[in-house]
Amino acid sequence: MYRPSWGRTVGALVLALVTGGVTACGNGGGGTTAQPGQFEGRGPITLAQGKDTTGTVQGQLDRWNTDHPNEKVTLAELPESADQQRQQFIQNAQTKSDAFAVLNMDVIWTAEFAANGWIQQLPEDQFPLGEMLPSTVATGKYFNKLYAVPYNTNAGLLFYRKDLLDQVQAQPPKTWDEMQATCAKVKALPAAAGIGCYAGQFDKYEGLTVNFSEAVQSAGGKVVDDEGKPTVNSPEAKAGLEFLVNGFKSGLIPRDAVTYQEEPGRRAFQEGKLIFHRQWPYQWTLANATDGSSKVAGKFGVAPLPGKSGPGSSSLGGQNLAISTYAKNKATALDFIKWFANVENAKKNLDSNSLAPVYSSIYSDSALQQKFAYLSVLKQSLDSAVARPRVVAYGDATLAIQENAYAAITGAKAVDAALADMQNKLTEVTARR
Amino acid sequence: MSTETRARPPAAHRRPGRLGRAEPKASDRRRAGVGRLAAVLLSPTLITLGLVVGYPVVEALRLSLTVTDQHINQETGLIERTGQLGFDNYTGLFRGESGARFLNALWNTTSFALATGTLVTVLGVLMALVMHRAFRGRGLFRAAVLIPWAIPTAISALLWRWIFSTDGIANDILNTQILWTTEGFHAWLSVVIADTWKTAPFIGLLVLAGLQVIPAEVYEAAKVDGSSPWHTFWKITLPLVKPALVVAVLFRLLDLLRMFDLPFVLVGRGKRSVETLSMLAWDDMQNLRFGPAAAYAVVLFAYTAVVAYLFIRVLGADVVGRGMEGKR
Repeated sequence: MYRPSWGRTVGALVLALVTGGVTACGNGGGGTTAQPGQFEGRGPITLAQGKDTTGTVQGQLDRWNTDHPNEKVTLAELPESADQQRQQFIQNAQTKSDAFAVLNMDVIWTAEFAANGWIQQLPEDQFPLGEMLPSTVATGKYFNKLYAVPYNTNAGLLFYRKDLLDQVQAQPPKTWDEMQATCAKVKALPAAAGIGCYAGQFDKYEGLTVNFSEAVQSAGGKVVDDEGKPTVNSPEAKAGLEFLVNGFKSGLIPRDAVTYQEEPGRRAFQEGKLIFHRQWPYQWTLANATDGSSKVAGKFGVAPLPGKSGPGSSSLGGQNLAISTYAKNKATALDFIKWFANVENAKKNLDSNSLAPVYSSIYSDSALQQKFAYLSVLKQSLDSAVARPRVVAYGDATLAIQENAYAAITGAKAVDAALADMQNKLTEVTARR
Repeated sequence: MSTETRARPPAAHRRPGRLGRAEPKASDRRRAGVGRLAAVLLSPTLITLGLVVGYPVVEALRLSLTVTDQHINQETGLIERTGQLGFDNYTGLFRGESGARFLNALWNTTSFALATGTLVTVLGVLMALVMHRAFRGRGLFRAAVLIPWAIPTAISALLWRWIFSTDGIANDILNTQILWTTEGFHAWLSVVIADTWKTAPFIGLLVLAGLQVIPAEVYEAAKVDGSSPWHTFWKITLPLVKPALVVAVLFRLLDLLRMFDLPFVLVGRGKRSVETLSMLAWDDMQNLRFGPAAAYAVVLFAYTAVVAYLFIRVLGADVVGRGMEGKR
């Protein structure tokens, strides 16, 4: 058998380690200090975003490209999963590649990308930020500077079985107590035997962070305060988490819901297994499908989320546009995002792709209101919506939330202990500076 | 080269530098030329291996020894990082919260390897024994057994996710209400079941190949001597199929130790009951902690190397295809 000379191999390894290690010490640093106003160079650029599942982005780019033959924008389609998009953006930034100029980013990435110097600070006065929903603009800011422009937004809605609520003459609930009372009445109906009451997204993943934050906000609390300090040890946060924990204990929330992500929850709602369901607006069209895939088509309505003692508050979803620090032709990139995120395009995106716009004016458009019956409810939900924690180490923050909220709703930890641990971990994550 | 050396006195090529004799000199030159040619011919492979295997390993080692210290500049909000060499990433594996997470992942990785490894070995051998029999519909059976192996892991994880969903087939058949994908032993078990289903055919296939080279005469002799089927299996089949079996199990174990996709897709990321070392390394990399991520990867690499070494030494797995030559 072939035997390598170990002495020589080890020698080579050590040598490689030493030489490699020396160069490693040099590559610290967090990038250049981004300042607005350094947008130079015109020419072709690339828009990087997740897979265009609607097939309409290219059409939009074609219109821009016809008007700007020397500043053409190419679409770089990334995988559909947000994790993989983020990974590609980060790889691109770490090799300082100019392959991606405009980045279509999830709203929760802004702090991390800005802090690492991967995206360029944007001139606030060149965007119609005043016409946009303030909560969406906040998602593009880091250290009170604008790093990303809101492109579309999203908020949770309470889907409810209108047919069943009508039978007990109930209005959609504004508070958790009302929801529970209505639920008890509906369950007494013979037609609703064995139906579950309420569900959201409670599996241990990003959806749980969203749902936990909503429970805390709907009880009047905050996960992270305006200074960026975690406040999940407050009585409001406790009331929020207790709503979920007691919901599972009392059967208000069905036992299976702890495995629900968006799609399993949607299937349950469409099969008529739920009276109330916290879901993103995309469920509207699918649950209304009359091809037999949904048993509740035409039988449900939407309302803003309920809260502890009044209307609740949703978490914000959506996408923002940013410019890569390492891009070429940044003048073109800036012009392009001004155009791409403008009100006309936002209207088209709603019309053809049901993407919720960030411009308040669009929500009062009567033609669109007719096409999307949930639009005015969505606006109400957006008005009180709150962004998820804007933390540089967002991955660690969301895991700390998921870990402890999940332990509480599965009964592995008491509510107080879970919140105390969450507070400690979040304090550590946000203070890591 | 053999004929040439036999033609010459052996001393000739032990003293290559002897002057005044034309014949060895020419052969030396030829041999040196052959050596150089071999080196040239092998170099593309060696360079490729160096780039795709050697470099990442060395780079991972270097990264795992790079300790990054970072803080956020309170005025600009930008992260400032300084890197230096040190062992902190390794000591962090055994301290505090990250230590507990690491030990949990190490235990999961090991327990998956042991449990699934044992199950697939037993089932794989059984499958091979059945596939080896001559019976009607054998071709169909062989194809059916191989289907799980042909399905990509991520896809089979999705299939099993359906089976293990709350209103899925698993709960239906067992008449239970287990929430398989929630934290707990059941999540661990679901991964073991799915992986066994998927990879037992691999063992089965390799063992079948081993079974087919056992001469029929040996069995005839055993029959004549009145050996029971059970005895025949333990004294003849198993020892003769052992070289193939050991290699198959070794490959399976190495695969199991780096298990990632099945628990990730079937149960989900961040679930402690099924978090393996690879998932931990991936998670730290996702959160831009490349040093600790590389440390996990290096530990996993070392762990795998030790297991492979033990297998080769103790059970004599013949991985490089020495065949009978090694025993001479």
